[in-house]
Amino acid sequence: MTTKMFGAKVPRVEDQRFLRGQGRYVDDLLTDDPRLLHSAVLRSPHAHARILDIDVSDVLDVEGVVAVWTWDDLTGPMAEPLPLLIPHPTLTHGRTQYALAKGEVNYVGEAIAFVVAVDRYVAEDAVSRIRVDYEYLEPVVGIPAARAARTAVHPDVPDNVGARMTQENGDARAAIAAAPHTLSLDLDIERSACTPMEGRGTVARWDPDTSRLTVWSSTQTSTGVRGCVAAKLGLDLAKVDVITPDVGGGFGVKVVHPWPEELLVPLASMTLGRPVKFTEDRREHFISSAHERAQEHHVEVGFDDDGRVLGLDVEFWHDHGAYTPYGLIVPIITSTQLLGPYKPQSYRVTFESVYTNTVIVTPYRGAGRPQGCFVMERTMDAIAAYLGKDRTEVRSANFIQPDEFPYEHGLVFQDGRELTYDSGDYPASLAKLKELVGWDEFEDFRAEMAAQGRRVGIGLACYVEGTGVGPYEGAHVHIETSGKVKASIGLTTQGQGHQTAFAQIVADTLGVRFEDVEVVTGDTRKMPYSVGTFASRAAVMSGSAVHLAALRAKEKALRIAAEALEAAEDDLEIADGVVSVKGTDASIDLGTVAVLSNPLRYAFDEASKAATQFRVGDPGKPPVAEGDEPGLEGKDFYSPPRSTFANGMHAVIVETDPDTAEITILKYAVVHDCGHLINPMIVEGQIHGGVAQGVGGALYERMAYDESGQLLNASFMDFLMPYVTEVPTTIDIDHLETPSPLNPLGIKGAGEAGVIPSAAVFAAAIEDAEGFPITAMPISPSELFALRLEHADLPAEALSEETR
Amino acid sequence: MKPAPFAYLRPSTLEEALAALADTQGAKVLAGGQSLVPLLSMRLAAPSTLVDINGLPDLDGIAADAAGVRIGALARHADVLASAEASASQPLIGMALSHVAHPTIRNRGTTVGSIVHADAAAEMPMVLRLLDGTVDVASVRGRRTVPAADLFAGPLESTLAHDEVAVEAFFPALAPGGGVAFSEVARRHGDYALVGVAALVDTEGGEVTRARIGFVSVSDVPTVVDVSDALDDPAGAALAELEPADDIHATAAYRAHLVKVLTPRVLADAIHHARERTGA
Ligand SMILES: Cc1cc2nc3c(=O)[nH]c(=O)nc-3n(C[C@H](O)[C@H](O)[C@H](O)COP(=O)(O)OP(=O)(O)OC[C@H]3O[C@@H](n4cnc5c(N)ncnc54)[C@H](O)[C@@H]3O)c2cc1C
Repeated sequence: MTTKMFGAKVPRVEDQRFLRGQGRYVDDLLTDDPRLLHSAVLRSPHAHARILDIDVSDVLDVEGVVAVWTWDDLTGPMAEPLPLLIPHPTLTHGRTQYALAKGEVNYVGEAIAFVVAVDRYVAEDAVSRIRVDYEYLEPVVGIPAARAARTAVHPDVPDNVGARMTQENGDARAAIAAAPHTLSLDLDIERSACTPMEGRGTVARWDPDTSRLTVWSSTQTSTGVRGCVAAKLGLDLAKVDVITPDVGGGFGVKVVHPWPEELLVPLASMTLGRPVKFTEDRREHFISSAHERAQEHHVEVGFDDDGRVLGLDVEFWHDHGAYTPYGLIVPIITSTQLLGPYKPQSYRVTFESVYTNTVIVTPYRGAGRPQGCFVMERTMDAIAAYLGKDRTEVRSANFIQPDEFPYEHGLVFQDGRELTYDSGDYPASLAKLKELVGWDEFEDFRAEMAAQGRRVGIGLACYVEGTGVGPYEGAHVHIETSGKVKASIGLTTQGQGHQTAFAQIVADTLGVRFEDVEVVTGDTRKMPYSVGTFASRAAVMSGSAVHLAALRAKEKALRIAAEALEAAEDDLEIADGVVSVKGTDASIDLGTVAVLSNPLRYAFDEASKAATQFRVGDPGKPPVAEGDEPGLEGKDFYSPPRSTFANGMHAVIVETDPDTAEITILKYAVVHDCGHLINPMIVEGQIHGGVAQGVGGALYERMAYDESGQLLNASFMDFLMPYVTEVPTTIDIDHLETPSPLNPLGIKGAGEAGVIPSAAVFAAAIEDAEGFPITAMPISPSELFALRLEHADLPAEALSEETR
Repeated sequence: MKPAPFAYLRPSTLEEALAALADTQGAKVLAGGQSLVPLLSMRLAAPSTLVDINGLPDLDGIAADAAGVRIGALARHADVLASAEASASQPLIGMALSHVAHPTIRNRGTTVGSIVHADAAAEMPMVLRLLDGTVDVASVRGRRTVPAADLFAGPLESTLAHDEVAVEAFFPALAPGGGVAFSEVARRHGDYALVGVAALVDTEGGEVTRARIGFVSVSDVPTVVDVSDALDDPAGAALAELEPADDIHATAAYRAHLVKVLTPRVLADAIHHARERTGA
């Protein structure tokens, strides 16, 4: 029997390459091609300005410069605004930028001119010689400024509001008015960003002889890029191939497409007849890719003596930056996923998505859920504090119970479908978490630490994550005559371990050895129908698709083998790549079955001889039967009715230094339920990475814009991504496996989970240590110090004496 | 993030290097490159010529004796940190260097380069200043020795002429009755400090005869304050001479608070260190 791979901690096959420096990223491509040209972009130094004149006359004098483009040089669809990818009907005032600015710029970093030269050094020299006359306009920075609307980012959107949306289930306001207890809270989250190791990058090669365009892009959606490039450059889809090589992280930012450079690079290649490359540098990534997270929330909640939420009314403002290419996904997710594992008796949510003169927003790992989780969990903690109850008790009182699934919230989710949870067991998860972190023993620990003059706090946060959104993913499985299996999936991979996880599924479904399965991702030549890798959807969507495709290949293999072995299909089994008749010695290799599946005219080797028309088939019938196809392949698509909902709970114990206000993590515990685990090691790796990113978001990272819209920390020197020294050395993880009824493998997504509760759980623990409310995240020692002063009756000098 | 064009010279003798610096308008010394190369890449500096001193002989020495520690211009932070002799002669060197950046940066960055770079957020310029060290400087005009007190002109600005090469820094040894200590608060391990504090005390029979405190990141230049007469409120005395400022990582008030927290602690540690050494 083949060993079962599904569920095993299989080491990642891709790591061999990555750890040996053999990963191949966009910037590694075509480096030996002497015809390769490089590019650089002139970016706006101003957050808000009218462009009066662009003078490029000095540029072409620079030796090595080949071409320069401004908006005036663009024609046809290229001169039109970039697409609004997700045109949600509520987005009444959506705006997108041009590939190169047309007459105005709306954030520092917006592309104005594109220079192509023999190398990037020369291209940057040339960029510094372009002269632009600007008429400065007052910039709008931050949510309060956007709401005050003294200036409009876009003149035709005078109130800076791109969209207003309200959803309601029950009469929340009436319920709050009638509730025995009420609270109101203001809760803010600042801007941050994905900051993958590899920035954006595109290489294009136009082949004038065959009129074909090949584009390599560091994207989360190769099919999306292909569609945009073809449309914008006026090419037939069939003339464009998009390939995604190894990608050094995405986390959401690379789901936006087309970036201006993703179009300008192919345009330049077609115009110049030479391959062209754009590799974004780190500063550019900070100021011209995408950010997320900035939201301000106001909560009104009414509850009973047990802490049961009777009415919840949330109003929030989402800062979507200067343009809205990715629609309203982030605030819609906040507004729906905020509810987490709870069932308030009534709920109303309203948001405004506002324009500011800052970098655009796209989903960043968690995609609005970290904010929603922060709002809901801070509210739960506030209720517990108000009632003097244990924080876990209040949560338990509000949980959806295991027998209530599928649970309908009466709201519409980001995919336009009903928000209905498929499965979960929240009480069981909470019990596990309390055990794992030592919740009930914490007061003893606190006392012990206090005796040493140390201050500690504990917090927990729960979330539910809609994963595996549609519309679909596909897979193609091909069993070669060698018996080796090639599986192609359309979505891209950014380091998640797809080569391993999908090979595990194929190996089990087909009954072949794991080593014999090779997975190809993100290549539109292999699988032109796909959506992309985001929203924790790869495992659910492509995992299910590859399973279905393998089943089809298996069906065919059994049919052919049954004929060859003169046995009934039901009597056959496949293990280790061999089809055998159960309980007998009769068997046939899958490779041979593949040979038989493809009647040949030409014998090019020994194996193929066996498949020539002289050897196989009934001479009285056509070699390929009607309705059949040559080859041992299976192709299928998976399209779910709606999302599947994973969940988890995190707890953290922090220490806050009474003197310096530094915050140290003493223990971090995670209970995670993403249904059946394909590869627990990969899932835990995702959690580790997510927690690390969450530590960054909660305690270190922020986008420090000044009032003029300059990003003051556009480098890793000042954008404080945590080092390994800032991340907990151990993360205690426990799993619960509540299968999803929505897909054949019972799986749910796991990619974003680790980062969702970070802001909430750290705020809770710091609040617990300090004894005053934490209502805004991230928090630095300097800010904690300021809060201490605010909440102390004593003057600053006395505080550190007092706490010592 | 590519530098503007520059010429590159890699002389093999000090004389050649000095001549090149004297002859070339806008030339700059390249040592470990850990500060200069980022400035070039962000086009915040655009020297006409880089004179790379990494090919010069005999500049990577670390020599320690009873008088003190001599550190050559090409001695890397990592080598200085690893030198038991250096730390035996002047323990403050190692205490402070362990807070300078990360191992990879320390493998390349030079201690002398860091001093000449004159960043008030850097540890080693302050340490040199606190210890009253000196820097030996060479140019086509000859050699001179610059006391640390005369070395720092302003933010990221030393008093060296553009054609001078610092060939060696001298850190005086810790006197027999002396004690030192260092502490800093940084946002992440290895980051520039929000506030860094070093103390140097002299004792006689366990009693403090002189106490000086050096500060990082709370003024425009490395600053040292004599607190010999303010042992019961060293922070108060120091704050009168410091100018903590707001930046995106911390407020001035928080920095001032850290000065208050760290100064008495570091002073106490230095006194403890002195007493431990003298057995008092
Ligand atoms: C990520 C990172 C973190 C860092 N963190 C810290 C930190 O926490 N604390 C800290 O103190 N430093 C830190 N540094 C800076 C580091 O210590 C540098 O190595 C040091 O400041 C400069 O030394 P260098 O040899 O690299 O000099 P270079 O970068 O080569 O030169 C710096 C400047 O000094 C001049 N120069 C250098 N040597 C000489 C010489 N012999 N004569 C005349 N002029 C000379 C150069 O012309 C240039 O102007 C960090 C650097 C990085 C990249």
